[in-house]
Amino acid sequence: MKRVNTMLGAWTAAMMVFLYLPIAILIGFSFNTSRLNIVWQGFTLDWYAAIWRDAVLVKSLENSLYIASVTTVISVVLGTAGAWLLYRYRFPGARLWQTLIFVPMLVPEVIMGVSLLIFFVVVHLELGFTSIIISHVTFCFPFVLVAVQARLAGLDPALEEAAMDLGATPAGAFRRVLVPYLMPSIIAGALMAFTLSLDELIVTYFTASAGTRTLPLEIFGRVKKGLDPTLNAISTVFILFTAVLVVATEFLKRRNASLVSRQQQS
Amino acid sequence: MRQDLTSFDGGTALRQRPASAMAWLLMSPLFVWVLAFVVAPTLIMLVYSVCERGTLGGVVFRFTWANYAAVLDPTYLNILVRSVLFSMVTTLACLVMGYPVAFYIGRAPEARRNLLLMLVMIPFWTSFLIRTYAWVTILKSKGLLNSLLLQVGMISQPFEMLYTPGAVILGLVYTFLPFMILPIYTSVEKLDNALVEAAFDLGAGPLRAFSKVIVPMTSPGIAAGILLVFVPALGLYAVNDILGGGKVDMIGNIIENQFKGSARNWPFGAALGMTLVVAFAAALWYTGRRQNRAA
Repeated sequence: MKRVNTMLGAWTAAMMVFLYLPIAILIGFSFNTSRLNIVWQGFTLDWYAAIWRDAVLVKSLENSLYIASVTTVISVVLGTAGAWLLYRYRFPGARLWQTLIFVPMLVPEVIMGVSLLIFFVVVHLELGFTSIIISHVTFCFPFVLVAVQARLAGLDPALEEAAMDLGATPAGAFRRVLVPYLMPSIIAGALMAFTLSLDELIVTYFTASAGTRTLPLEIFGRVKKGLDPTLNAISTVFILFTAVLVVATEFLKRRNASLVSRQQQS
Repeated sequence: MRQDLTSFDGGTALRQRPASAMAWLLMSPLFVWVLAFVVAPTLIMLVYSVCERGTLGGVVFRFTWANYAAVLDPTYLNILVRSVLFSMVTTLACLVMGYPVAFYIGRAPEARRNLLLMLVMIPFWTSFLIRTYAWVTILKSKGLLNSLLLQVGMISQPFEMLYTPGAVILGLVYTFLPFMILPIYTSVEKLDNALVEAAFDLGAGPLRAFSKVIVPMTSPGIAAGILLVFVPALGLYAVNDILGGGKVDMIGNIIENQFKGSARNWPFGAALGMTLVVAFAAALWYTGRRQNRAA
């Protein structure tokens, strides 16, 4: 049994190398003087400086940040309200709604992209920020909803009742008691929504216009054209940004879980 | 298990009241959103898929089965078969490579488990575009791997690794491995230690304990992993674009080409899209059944 465990550990280590070695090489070469990426010629930060001189790249980054911010705000409102209402009230067909809400989390991006593109054409909505944001919210808010639902599952009903007994209105109880309780999961959901929106390529490819290209779209176009050392630099920034968001989200979720288990013990 | 299910379908009747008019009002934006941007687009795509193609790339609303017949045309059928084959190889590779990792993480002591989980989570959330791009540097003909192999003398001249079926499958496996590890991990974590030990006590060898006890008990995780890898791998055309260079097209590339590329045939693209929708629905139904049975 012990030997099996050692073997599993070695395998896991090998898979971690598989997952991280290409990323490490990419990050390493983002500091390489050579344009060709084969041999190490010397350390430089030029490629990072080049990002900021590249007006098209900066513009696409601005677009991405704007879209991700608006998407996050709408997703948090829809997701939090939805999770709470589905928890508190019995809606006919709740199971079916729940499935429909989950579909965009799982469905292949190309299907979502194509069906939304046809939809926007049929309803005569010109492609642009609005169409991108609508598409992004559709696959982002379910992540907020799920995060908040997970936290609601550990909610002590007495908490809300106590607030009402002490004279709070339902709205007041929601604002003063529930929202603070749900806050870690709302923030975790918001971080997920922001990351997803920022990274998304395929749905955006179908729903963006020429003037609203996002950073992933711009990177994709350049990758297809050929190698460009600034791509290593911008990719590194992207990876580090995602890593920070993931660590923050996990930290919040873990604190969440330990709070829930502590409440259940007492 | 119970806990998960209650949070999914609304849960106990005790805390739930019938929806009031106010609740409906507050819930309506979400319901409208889902109907308008999930249900309606799928239905419109269904309608498009049985319409004729207009002369200027437009759509003529006249009923036809021709688009579905075209899906079965040998040219496209070949690509369809190749797509399914590539996706199956990818899914199988992810399962074989990922299962031991998920198992190890699920049974590791807490501190190590949290660290490893985080290490799987970061690539899970990182854009697949960037992760795929990382392989271009390694695989291109004047790239890292070729120069390494040249240097140690294993090959005498660089050979083409990029733009091959192997590169595409490698890229897909690399992209989807975390999507297989995470759901299986969730199942392994719930695995009852006592049952595994009981199997050993009753004389089962490691192989039998694995196949008769551990695999069946983690099958919801395996099914969820397959759902998260198989169908998405069919549609993720950007990976084939980057690592296949247009030489190893899959169904996703064909769909993309009907809408944004030179082919410009929306009804046919819609029919291909609906084919993928059916595959997805089947996978979802199968997974749901597996999970209900396990509960």
